[in-house]
Amino acid sequence: MSTAVTERSLGAQMLRNRNLLIGGALTFVFAAAALISFVWVPYAVDGVDIANKIKPPSAAHPLGTDHFGRDILSMIMVGARTSIAVAIVAVGIGMLFGVPLGLWAAARKGTLLDEVIMRGNDLVFAFPSLLIAIMITAIFGPSAVNAIIAIGIFNIPVFARLTRSGALALWQRDFILAARVAGKGSARISFEHILPNVANLLIVQGTIQFSLGILAEAGLSYVGLGAQPPIPSWGRMLAESQTMISFAPHMALFPGLAILLTVLGLNLMGDGLRDIFDPKLRRGR
Amino acid sequence: MMFKPFRTGLVSALALAGAVTAAQADGSLTVAMQLEPPHLDPTSAAAAAIDSVLYSNVYEGLTRFASDGSIVPGLARSWDISEDGLTYTFHLAEGVTFHDGSAFDAEDVKFSLDRARADDSTNAQKGLFAAIDTVEVTDPLTVVVTLSKPTGNFLFNMAWGDAVIVAPESADTLQTTPNGTGAFKFADWVQGDRIELVKNPEYWGTPAELDEATFKFISDPTAAFAAVMAEDVDVFYSFPAPENLPQFDMDPRFKVLAGSTEGETILAMNNKLAPLDDVRVREAVAHAINRQEIIDGAMFGYGTPIGSFFPPHNPDYVDLTGLSDYDPEKSKALLEEAGVALPLRLKMTLPPPSYARRGGEIIAAQLRQVGIEAQIENVEWAQWLETTFRGKDYGLTIVSHVEPMDIGSLANPEYYTQYDNPDFRAVIEELSVTADQAARSELFKQAQTTLAEDYVAGFLFQMALLTVAKAEVEGLWVNMPTPAVDLTSVHWAK
Repeated sequence: MSTAVTERSLGAQMLRNRNLLIGGALTFVFAAAALISFVWVPYAVDGVDIANKIKPPSAAHPLGTDHFGRDILSMIMVGARTSIAVAIVAVGIGMLFGVPLGLWAAARKGTLLDEVIMRGNDLVFAFPSLLIAIMITAIFGPSAVNAIIAIGIFNIPVFARLTRSGALALWQRDFILAARVAGKGSARISFEHILPNVANLLIVQGTIQFSLGILAEAGLSYVGLGAQPPIPSWGRMLAESQTMISFAPHMALFPGLAILLTVLGLNLMGDGLRDIFDPKLRRGR
Repeated sequence: MMFKPFRTGLVSALALAGAVTAAQADGSLTVAMQLEPPHLDPTSAAAAAIDSVLYSNVYEGLTRFASDGSIVPGLARSWDISEDGLTYTFHLAEGVTFHDGSAFDAEDVKFSLDRARADDSTNAQKGLFAAIDTVEVTDPLTVVVTLSKPTGNFLFNMAWGDAVIVAPESADTLQTTPNGTGAFKFADWVQGDRIELVKNPEYWGTPAELDEATFKFISDPTAAFAAVMAEDVDVFYSFPAPENLPQFDMDPRFKVLAGSTEGETILAMNNKLAPLDDVRVREAVAHAINRQEIIDGAMFGYGTPIGSFFPPHNPDYVDLTGLSDYDPEKSKALLEEAGVALPLRLKMTLPPPSYARRGGEIIAAQLRQVGIEAQIENVEWAQWLETTFRGKDYGLTIVSHVEPMDIGSLANPEYYTQYDNPDFRAVIEELSVTADQAARSELFKQAQTTLAEDYVAGFLFQMALLTVAKAEVEGLWVNMPTPAVDLTSVHWAK
């Protein structure tokens, strides 16, 4: 595989990939909404306006207002911030710990260290992640930070396993042998030669984990263990609208759609990226 | 099993659906409420849920609350009070037996009162019995209670759920197997789900009209809504989601009863925590609160504004809401005068009920307007009792005080509000020894005014009792003079 050829066609491949385009567009919309919310939102979200509560969508409030009279569009924009921040940091935690662990285990394949690392990961993986997240936030108190930590911990084994399996195949390759002959230590080989070659895999998986992080944050907030009021959160918006769904469906519909479309967008983008970075897999399906 | 006759005007699919579920035995009723009792002995815990299920249904006292809050004879059919107000002679009902078959007599009354006021008593309201000097049995149906000082509300005290009469043989096992004298017998308790009661065929008074009653515990507002809509429950006592009531009101299958309760809902402030120990800061908080917004936003309009710790339906109520009217400018001025650095950060713990969670968010937004940053912490009840109520680790919190005539509880400086004013304590002290109605009324007014002027708490609103019931259920209490779901005269419309 020549690098020059791949690079030349990468842009064209991306434009041809429908999954990537749709997913990317959806993701972009929500990322942009979150960024714009830092400088401008249609209405402030930290106040209440009881006189205008539970209004259906109108020109003044395109997505209507909630039970405190807050503008739902503004809430969703600021809520995107919460979701994205939680998911980014959670994926970051997973990569920061998971990738080095995976590289280390692969470099010491078959040793006790490899066993300890991977069985430790299996242990974390064995628990239903949302249950443990609930336990962690129940012990340390509900907050966005604890939600991030709880979700982040469950990203560690995902990245560790992926990195290890990718790295193991690479360790058999001739260019690694060449690097060894050149006298490079296994740590240096891991970071200089293995890591860049598993980066594709990590990006694809990162996108998927990102969408799972958004779902997990929404789930935790839904049961009251995520971001605390008055910080808007999509999951909490859903929970609060629940008893009013029969007469104010817009209150549940829009945050629900926001979660759905963001997660869908990220998943499509992940699929698209995998098609491009890992053509073998595409042909296999 | 009998099918209920269709109500006129109820044709179509709705009526057909109703007919299937109305095929219920006429004598059974399922009542849902939000909280499950921790155990079943009202004489050894403060939890209102115990009384809600068992008061008057299973346990009875010497006197009892009627639905309008007045005190009527219970196990004591009549009484004589001596001239000096110190000696009460109770004449007990005849032919009363406990549910386990043992006979009820004056010895049981003596035992119950002595047990409640003993030094090692676990009664949550020992104050009710504080004035009792001696309890003597003169014959099996007569008890003479001598007080150490005249107590104006002694008969009222004896009507509380904490003062019910129990038998010595079963007193230690009441927490799991309640044994009272009431019109219903305890049948079963499936923890986490329901408590079942059955009609007591040997009841000494007017027998219950229902054959059996089931109490179900549903705290989640969505599940509550679904349970009523699906007609899984016949009555939902204290419905948790006021936003759904208009829907029930329009549905011919149901009726909504909106009554008053003894629940003063307050934004409690930690009176010993700086800077809330400064009355000007507390006044600033009070003026920053817009009560109507809270009632509309959190309770969907159900609730009456209060200006002190006293229910508006009481004849001795004084409207003091003007002392703490909504005035953010005054609030800012007061904070500046008190020299508080803004933003002032205060921890606000919120227990689960929607009045607290929603009210808390609205209040936090209102306080933010004057520069007070309330940091919301949503907690479960157990945690709230542990850290906020007992541990006093909080700045602000929202809770509804549902006990009747509980203004005196704020006199205790050890109470979670940590309000310590000797003048207020003196007024409450005097109240407890005053029997003259006019003088009592004056003292109550004085106590309310002192609390309002000291801005002990942000007094928000009197909780409304919102009950949803099948249209055919009759005889329910509309108001809540004490936490109780008295089923003794509840029946299905014939």
